[in-house]
Amino acid sequence: MTDVIVEPVPSEAHPVDHELRHAVLRPVLETPRWWWPSVLVLGAVVALGIVAWIFQLAHGLGSAGYNDDAFWGIYESNLVTFIGVSYGGAVVSAILRLTHQSWRAPLTRIAEATALVTLPIGMIFIIPHLGNPGKIWELVWPPYWNLSSPILWDFFAVSTYLMATIVFFYLPLVPDAKVALEQLDAEAPSTRVKVRQTLYRTLVGRYGGTPTERRRLNGSIGLLAIMIIPMAVSVHSVLSFAFASSSRAGYMETILPVYFVVAALYSGVALVVISVAAVRKLFHLESYIASRHFVRLGFLMIAFGAAYLYLTFTEYLIDGYSNTAGPAAWVHQVVAGRYWVPFWFYFVAGGLVPLLIMAIKPLRTKTGVTIASVFVVLSLWVKRLVIVIPAATEPLVRAATKASGGVSTGWGTYHFTWISISITVAATAAIFLLLLIVFRFVPALSVTEMEELAHETRTQGGRS
Amino acid sequence: MSEAMIDTTTAGATATAVTIQRRSVLRAAAIGGIGLGVLGAVGGTVALAAEPASTTTTTSGPTKQWCMIIDLRMCNGCQLCTTACQTAHFLHEDQTWMKVYTMTNAAGEEYPMPRPCMQCEDPACVPVCPVGANFRTPEGLVLVDQSKCIGTRICMNACPYDARYFNWGAPEPAPKQPYAQSPEWPVPQVQGTVGKCIDCAAMLPTGQIPECATHCAMGVIYFGDLTSDTAVNGMGQTIKISTFLAENNGMVFKEEYGTHPRVFYIPGHGQDLVNDNDSGD
Repeated sequence: MTDVIVEPVPSEAHPVDHELRHAVLRPVLETPRWWWPSVLVLGAVVALGIVAWIFQLAHGLGSAGYNDDAFWGIYESNLVTFIGVSYGGAVVSAILRLTHQSWRAPLTRIAEATALVTLPIGMIFIIPHLGNPGKIWELVWPPYWNLSSPILWDFFAVSTYLMATIVFFYLPLVPDAKVALEQLDAEAPSTRVKVRQTLYRTLVGRYGGTPTERRRLNGSIGLLAIMIIPMAVSVHSVLSFAFASSSRAGYMETILPVYFVVAALYSGVALVVISVAAVRKLFHLESYIASRHFVRLGFLMIAFGAAYLYLTFTEYLIDGYSNTAGPAAWVHQVVAGRYWVPFWFYFVAGGLVPLLIMAIKPLRTKTGVTIASVFVVLSLWVKRLVIVIPAATEPLVRAATKASGGVSTGWGTYHFTWISISITVAATAAIFLLLLIVFRFVPALSVTEMEELAHETRTQGGRS
Repeated sequence: MSEAMIDTTTAGATATAVTIQRRSVLRAAAIGGIGLGVLGAVGGTVALAAEPASTTTTTSGPTKQWCMIIDLRMCNGCQLCTTACQTAHFLHEDQTWMKVYTMTNAAGEEYPMPRPCMQCEDPACVPVCPVGANFRTPEGLVLVDQSKCIGTRICMNACPYDARYFNWGAPEPAPKQPYAQSPEWPVPQVQGTVGKCIDCAAMLPTGQIPECATHCAMGVIYFGDLTSDTAVNGMGQTIKISTFLAENNGMVFKEEYGTHPRVFYIPGHGQDLVNDNDSGD
C-alpha cells in the first residue's frame, strides 16, 4: 500500500546538489539588508493590533463595531478567512504529493510554512471574537463541554488540524535540517550560528539519513498527506455548522459546508502563490522557482475558483427564486441592496479577474498569477464578510415587512472601527512577520526532496 | 402529586398545528386540575433550579410550568412593559428583553406585538452553546448562566425570535438587589455575556408575576402556570388558560420552527402570526 503513497526512493543516496544547498542556506546564514527594517515595521503593526485588543478588552465588544442587530462581523469573517488560507499548505503539499506531481518540490516547504503560520493566527481570532475571553479555558475543560454545540466541535477540529499541520511541516524538515547542519559545519563554523545549529540538531534527532530511514520517513509523510485532507475538509465543514445551526437565511443553507471548504482551498492556493512569489524574490531563489510553477498553481487555483463561482451562483439563484421572504430578502440585500458593493467586488476581483488572467495567455505569467492571487485573497476576505454580516444583521421578527416591500426595514448594521481594523491588519502583518522569521531559520526549499526528485527525473524520465 | 404534572414532551410533540397545540393544553389542563389562583399557588413553594444538572424538581408539590399569554387585542403599543423590564433588570435602552414590534397584517394594517423570550420547550439556543451556559429549568424557563457564558453569541444566531441581547460594553450599574445575582436574577448584567428575558424568575416564588405583566396598563400580558391552568394579568384578571386559548384562537409565534414556545398570543387585528419571512430551503 505504501507503494502507492510513497515516491520511489533510490536505494543508493541521491547525488548532492551543492549549488542548491548553498543557495538555500544563504538566507539562513546572511541577514539580508531589508530583514530587520521589515521585521520592525511588521512588528509595530502587530503591536498596534495588541494595543487595540487591550482597548477592546476594557471597553467591550461594542468598541469593535458589534451590536445586538449585528452580533457577528469582522472577527468571525477573519476566523474563517485566516483558517481558510492555511488550506493551501494541505493542498499544494498533500494533494500534489499524493498525485506524484514532482514539480511541487520547490514549493512544498513554502506551502507548509504558510499553513503553519496562518492556522494559529486564524485560531487566535477566537480570542477577540469572544465576549468573555478570560473564560476561554472552559473550552478545554471537559466538565463544561456541551457536545451538541458546533462551536465546541470547531475547536476540536481546528486543534486536531493544527497538530497535523505542525507534524506535516516537521517531518519533511528532518532530512533538510540534517543537510543544513552539515552545510553549516562546512560553511560557517563560527559561533554566530549556534542557535541554528542547536535548532537543527534538535530537529534531526537521531535521524541518520539511511535509505531505510528515508523510506520510512517518506511513508509517514505520505500517510499524513492522506490524513490531512479529510481533516482539512472537516475543519471548514464544522466551521460552517456554527453559522448553519440557525434559522437565518444565508446561514441555514445545506450548501454551506461545501461552500466553506472550496473557498478555503481557493484562497489557500492563492496565498501560497503570494508566499512563493515573495520568498522567491526576497531570498533570491529565482533559479529554482520558475514561471511554470506559478502557472500550474494558477490553474489549480482557478479550478477551485470556478467551483466557488458555481456554488455562489447556485446558492444565490435558488434563494433568490424562493418564494419565502427571508431568503429572497437576503439575496436582494446582498446582490442589489446595502451589501452590493462588497458582493460585486468579490464577483469581479475574486471570480472573473483570476479566470480571465489564466485564460488569456499573455497574462498567464509569474506576475499575472501573483496579481490574480492577491485579488483572490482580498476578495475572498470580502466574500466572507458578505457571508457573515448580512445574515447576522437580518431582522428575524420582521417588523412591518409587508408594508415596506419585505426587504429593507429593520436590518442591523455592523460598524467597522479602528479597533477591529487594527486587529485585522495586525493579523495580516503577523503572517508575513512569522514567515520572515521562519525562513531565516528553516531552508525555504525542501532540499532533500528537490535532490531526490531531480535524481528520479534524470534516471526515470519523470516529469518536472 | 406527580400525576398532576404536565407532560411537556407530549405537549410539545403534538403541537404541529394550532388546534392540536390548544388540544394539548386542554388535556394538560384536565390532568393538572383547576382552581388555584396563581398568586396563591406560587406562594413560596417553588425553588427554581439554579443548575442545569438538577433536572428533577426538589419541591414537594406539582411542578409549575410557567407560561405567558399575550392578548394582542388589548395592546396599544405603549411599551410600558419594555420600560418596566429595563427598570427592574437595570438594562441599557437597547436591551429590549421585552420588545414591542410594529407588525403589519395581511391587510397592510400595523399592530403592536410584544415579544418576550418565548421560553421554548425545545429551545434552539440551548444546544448550540459550547460551554452549556444556557439551560432549561424543570419549570420551563430558559435561563443563561452568565458566570459560564464565554460570549460566542451562537445562541443569538440560533434564536428565531431575536430575543437575546449581548452586553457589548459595561452593564448598567445596579444597587443592591433583593435577590442574589444568579441566572434567575442576572442583575447587574455581566460585560461580554448574553442576557435575555427570564420571566422575572427570581420573583415568581414570592408570588409575584413578571414586571412587564404587572406594569401593563391594558392587561395585555397574563402570566401563569400550565399545571394549574391559571394565569393572571397586571389588572388582577384571572383566566383559565385552556379555555381562554381555545375560545380566543390562541396561537404561538413561528410555530413552524418546532420550538414549542410557552408564550401564547391571542390575535386580534386579523394578523397571522405565522411569519412568512423565514427560510426553510
